[in-house]
Formats: sequence, structure tokens, C-alpha cells
Amino acid sequence: MQRDLKIAINRNGKIEHFGVPEERMTLLKALYYIKNTTDNSLTFSSNCRSGVCGTCAVRVNGKEVLACSYKYEEDDLIEPLKYHEVQRDLKVNKQKVRETLRSSTVWLQAPQEAVITEQQVHLTEKQSDCILCDSCYSSCPVLEVNPNFIGPFALTRAYRYTADPREGNIQAIVDNVQTNGIWDCTLCGNCTEVCPQGIDPKMDITMLRGTASQFGYTDPNFQAMDFGFGGGF
Amino acid sequence: MLDILIIGSGGAGLSAALSAKQKGSTVLVVGKSYPTASQTSMAQGGMNAALGNVTPDSIQAHIDDTIHSAHSLCNVQMVKEFCEDAPKSIEWLNTLGVPFDRTVDSKVAQRQLGGASSKRACYAQDYTGLKILHTLYDTCLKEGVEMLEEYFLLNLIVEEKTVLGATFLDVVTGEVKEIRANKTILATGGYGGLYKNYTTNSEGATGDGIAAVLRAGGSLSDMEFVQFHPTALKGSATLISESARGEGGYLVNSKEERFIDELLPRDVVARAIASEMAKGEEVFLDVRHLGEEKLLKLMPQEVQLCKLHEGIDPAKELIPIKPVAHYSMGGIDVNKNLEVTGLKNCYAVGECSNAKIHGANRLGGNSLLEIVSLGRLAGRNAVGNMPPCCSDATTTKQLQSDQEYINGLLEEYPYQQNFYTLQDQLGEKFYKHAGIVRDNTELNNLLNELRVIKADIDDMGIGDKSQENNTNLVDFLQFQNLLEIGEVVLDAALVRDESRGAHYKSAFPEKEDKLYKAHSVYWIEDKVLQNKLVKVTK
Repeated sequence: MQRDLKIAINRNGKIEHFGVPEERMTLLKALYYIKNTTDNSLTFSSNCRSGVCGTCAVRVNGKEVLACSYKYEEDDLIEPLKYHEVQRDLKVNKQKVRETLRSSTVWLQAPQEAVITEQQVHLTEKQSDCILCDSCYSSCPVLEVNPNFIGPFALTRAYRYTADPREGNIQAIVDNVQTNGIWDCTLCGNCTEVCPQGIDPKMDITMLRGTASQFGYTDPNFQAMDFGFGGGF
Repeated sequence: MLDILIIGSGGAGLSAALSAKQKGSTVLVVGKSYPTASQTSMAQGGMNAALGNVTPDSIQAHIDDTIHSAHSLCNVQMVKEFCEDAPKSIEWLNTLGVPFDRTVDSKVAQRQLGGASSKRACYAQDYTGLKILHTLYDTCLKEGVEMLEEYFLLNLIVEEKTVLGATFLDVVTGEVKEIRANKTILATGGYGGLYKNYTTNSEGATGDGIAAVLRAGGSLSDMEFVQFHPTALKGSATLISESARGEGGYLVNSKEERFIDELLPRDVVARAIASEMAKGEEVFLDVRHLGEEKLLKLMPQEVQLCKLHEGIDPAKELIPIKPVAHYSMGGIDVNKNLEVTGLKNCYAVGECSNAKIHGANRLGGNSLLEIVSLGRLAGRNAVGNMPPCCSDATTTKQLQSDQEYINGLLEEYPYQQNFYTLQDQLGEKFYKHAGIVRDNTELNNLLNELRVIKADIDDMGIGDKSQENNTNLVDFLQFQNLLEIGEVVLDAALVRDESRGAHYKSAFPEKEDKLYKAHSVYWIEDKVLQNKLVKVTK
């Protein structure tokens, strides 16, 4: 007879335990197993089952994963993404977080004709693999102290367009990622670690800082630091 | 009053929105999920356009290949305009910033897909749909296109055969709302969900717009034509793109023998695999000879999916596969302007529609082209001939009846039967009996079974009675849509006693042009499902 494993789910602040088949399936299948057989009211989001629609990201034992791409273990604790309004169980509101794309204006500002080489496509190939699952956003400790931080995925997308030879106005994007943007990142690398697509937002943000410096921007944190070498007299 | 309501936020909906907005119309895109979560994100292989960047090609060759694959069920003029527009569609996407792969001489790279006489599919690794969709989304943000997420389509609002908008379940609040507009464009996707657990499609491919049109008195056509993709992973039904074969992958049986030309059209290859499986053979995709480096460059996503779902490394091991439902050729019947047959001020585009492009079998690379090229066309067409502005009417009868029905599900209807179990069972039965090879007795039995389930629907209900964020309710509404569509698919498959493209009956293995070179059209009149065969004239 098939033996069940137990997994725990954080449902609106309350931890509940559910039996799921021992046969190791994806976590998404296990969530459906629970919804279809044990509790119809278990609420989560999903769609493609194959890691490209970005819908089913959750946290397992504190770390962000796509439910459709993760195989569960006994006693796993499943929780909703952080820094998102939890609507119900594992389902979160991504609308507010998506506003960061609008505020940082991540699109081609002034399209221009350009010859694009194989190598240039390769430069931002990874960045354009982003599926907007919000895992990076949920993992980012800056959001803990600054809820207005643009966050990793929007900044990666900003870099992707600034590095596109078709972009005729790089500065417009750079201007829009200054406040609560590239300089607020601590370069801790959590985002890079959790990205299911292997994107490295930390590096993208570093690259954007380099681009910003070409337009005369400097790190405001550096300016604000007082190294005790005087000044002010 | 809103000019254009666009229902569905995948590639077709967003393309329509951008072209209508550019023409100065007010548009609103409404979808049941977030725009970037749509089925478009799953398209891997490429988008056709006869650019001839890699091998010699011509628009005429693209037309010929498409017509050949359609097995006489296409409209030649539609196909001609479609293929002619393809290079312009690629150019448009290029100006928006889609990161297509490039050749060594910096042209858009193109690859071979099945049924194509040249390397015609423009691609971005195996993330072509994802990258097109996200670029369209970014552009919609740029252009200020208004988008509403998590609005589930309930019904079209129809008065005197004219569509005045639609009613929706706001999934987050649980409220039933109506949105009125002068024109409505449906871009709601296909019905692969009928084949649950035996389809490459997302969970949302439940034909919501198609079912809504049927209920509203509009027509559907060619619903029996469902394409089976030859290569999905055996365990999870996850898609392994045709590009794997286009790049040189082989299909082999348990003895590691090849048994078919891998680049024939999908219907032929799927049947060859089914025939091997019927002999007790297992079937595998073999890409080992391509080498790890090439595999990671050309199909990184698929390498990852093989490891996750099958636990195998395709650079070193055979990939176990099976053919599963992949694309709905049939759908909402539209004319050459993409207007829905039987309804005014209503358009349909993309997989939910039957624009007579794909006929009995779609070519790989033509669906991404359809959503972009015809998506823009739908937007342009909807802008023209705006009806004289009418006053925003107060609550419609449709809103009231939909509200009452949803309230009933939440408060009154009993919960006696688990519809999830039925849906799983039905998915397997559709795969077995309305799948790659069909038989009238089996189709008939399944149709009777489906009608019994339909009759029992009021006893099923839902277990979750919460008003807000009730995904159990959404699942149930989707299941009902599938039942309505499933009835049409089975009936249409029964009627067509021949084999044509993706529709194959072992008892009638040949094409029968005299009777069936015709579109099967279905609609509801006086609450009864009606049908007729409409001969293809050209």
C-alpha cells in the first residue's frame, strides 16, 4: 500500500499538515493532489506546469522555488512569497509588484535601427529568459527595510533593454532606476541564488551601475558616508 | 464607453491591443491570469516567415506548405495574406525589441520545423513564445494599455445578436461584474484541456471564450481537428519542441531503430509513433549525437525539463516520449475580417478562433505567426466602423443571471460528486477514444458518457464556499466549459467519416472529398445544438 509523506503548508499564518504520496512528484502535483482529494479550498496559483509561465513560485523551507519544478521532501514547509500581499493560502497579489516594471520604464524607449550580432543577442540572452515569477523579489532583504525598492527582476529587465543595440535612449532607463533602484541593492546575491532561470540580477545591477556612471551618476551611499576625514569646516 | 474590450491577454490579445491603441481606440485587456502567464509563453520552436536568411525561401513556398498541411480545409486567400504579412510581423516584433537569435551575418536566425520546405522559423533559443510575449507585455506597459488580471469570462452580453460586452467573475473579490464595449475581441485560447494529463497545454486551456460564443448563439467550426504533438515527455506530457527534430534529433523504438522521417507533418509523425506503441514498443527521442554543447545552446529549456520530469540527461540518454494533444485547429468560426459568425461587433483571434489558416493540421511555427499577424489584424478591424455611441446601460439580464448562478454555487448547490476525479477520467478517455486514431463506437460511447456527466452537473457543485480567491470555483466553471466544447468535438468527430489531417479513423483511412471537403459548423438554436457541413469553395 502506498504510504503518505507529510508536508506542511502555511495557510494565512496557520501551519497545516497534509499527506501526499510518497512517490516523489513535483510540489505542484502534490498541491493538486491535496486540492482534488483532501481539501478543495487549498488555494495556490499555477498554469503551465513546465516552468515558463512564472505563476507557481512559493517558498519551501524559506527558499523560493517554482512548485512545478521542485520535488518535495518529507516535512517540507510551504509558504507564500514574501513582500507580496497574501490573498489566500499560497496565492499572492503580484499586481503591486508589477508596478515596478512601469515605474522603472523597462521597455525600448527610443527604438532605433541597429545591426545585432550573434554575440550581442547572447549578452542578454539570460536576462530575457525571465518569467516574472517574483522569486528574486521575495528573496531580496532590501525589501525588508525599503518596501519601495524596485527589486531585482525589474532591474534585470532594465539592464536587458539598456544593453540592446536597438535602444536609442539608454539614459531614460538609467534615470528611472536611480531612486529606490540600483544603488539600494546590497549585492547580497540572494536573487541570483533563487532564480529558476539561472539569471544573475546581482551582476545585472552591477552592470547598470557601470552604465549609470557613464551618465555621471555616482553611488549616493558613498557620497553620504562620513569617513572622518573632515569636511564641513 | 470603452471602444474595444479584449478578452484574453496572451500574444493575440496583446497584439490586438497594441494595434487598436495605435489607431486611437480605447482598449482594455482582460484575462483570467497575468498576461505573461498565458499559453504563448510555452511556445518554444519558432515563428514562420519566408525571410530566406538561412536557406532559400519564398512566400509562395510558405503558402504552399501551409495549404498542403491544411488538407483542403483552409481558405487560400486567408493563407496567402497571412504568409505575405509574416515578414512584416517579424519586422514589427524586431522594432519592439524581441531578442531573436541571429545568424553569423547578423540576420534573424531561422530553423527547420516539420512540414516546411525551408529553414523558416525565426526563434529565440527554445523560448520564442516567452520572449515575444514578454516583449509585447513590456510594450503594452509603455503604451499605457490598461490590463485587468484574474477576471474570468462568464458570458458575452448579447442583445439582438449584437455583442455589447461581457460578464466576468472577479476572482480576487468574488464579485460578478460586467464590462461593456462597442467591440469585443476574443483571444481566449484553445481547448487542449479536454485531454487533461495528456496535453502539452497549460491548465488554463479550457476554451472559455469558445464555450461563451456557443452559449451566446455564435458558431464554432472544425472542432474535431485537434493536433497531437509527436514529442511530449512520457511521464509529464511536457512539450519537447519540434526544433529538437529540426536540429537533427531522431525518433527510435525500443530496439533503437528509426521508423519514420522525423520531419514529416505532425499528424503523420504522431500516427507513426502511435502505431509503434500499439505494437508494444516504447518510443524515444534521440538527440545524443547533437552533443551537450549544441543542446544547451539550442534547447536549454528542454534539457532542463528532461532532467526534472524524466530524470534523464538528453546528452547521454534517450528521451522517453509520447504524442499528446497540443493545438486546437477548430474554434470560433470567423470570416476573413475575423468577425464571429452569428454575432455582431465581436471578433475572435488566435487559437480560440478558426480563421481557416491551419485547416486539418497546423504547421509548426504558424501559431506564433497567427497570434501576432492576425492579432494585429483583429485590432485594426475592430477599430473600423465603430457603432454610434450608445448610453452605458444599467445592469443587464446577463449580469443578473450570472450573479444568481455564482451565488447558487456558493450557497445552495450541493457538493456530491468530485468533479476533479471526473475531469481526470474524461481527459484519459478523450486521449484514448477521441485522440490520434478514432473509432465511431468509442466516440459514441464517450459522447453518451459525457452527456450523462453534463446532466449531473447541478449535483456536483464545489466544496469551497468562500467568495474571495476561490480557485475551486474557477476550476469548476472551466470544467463546465470543457464539457460543452467536448460534446461538439465528439459529435463533429463522429460525423466526419473520413481521415483528414489530424482527424484519423481506422475504419475510414482515406480522404472523402465529395462529402467532407467541408467545414463542420456548430451552433445552438432554440437551446438545441445544431450542425451543418459547409463545403469549401476555394
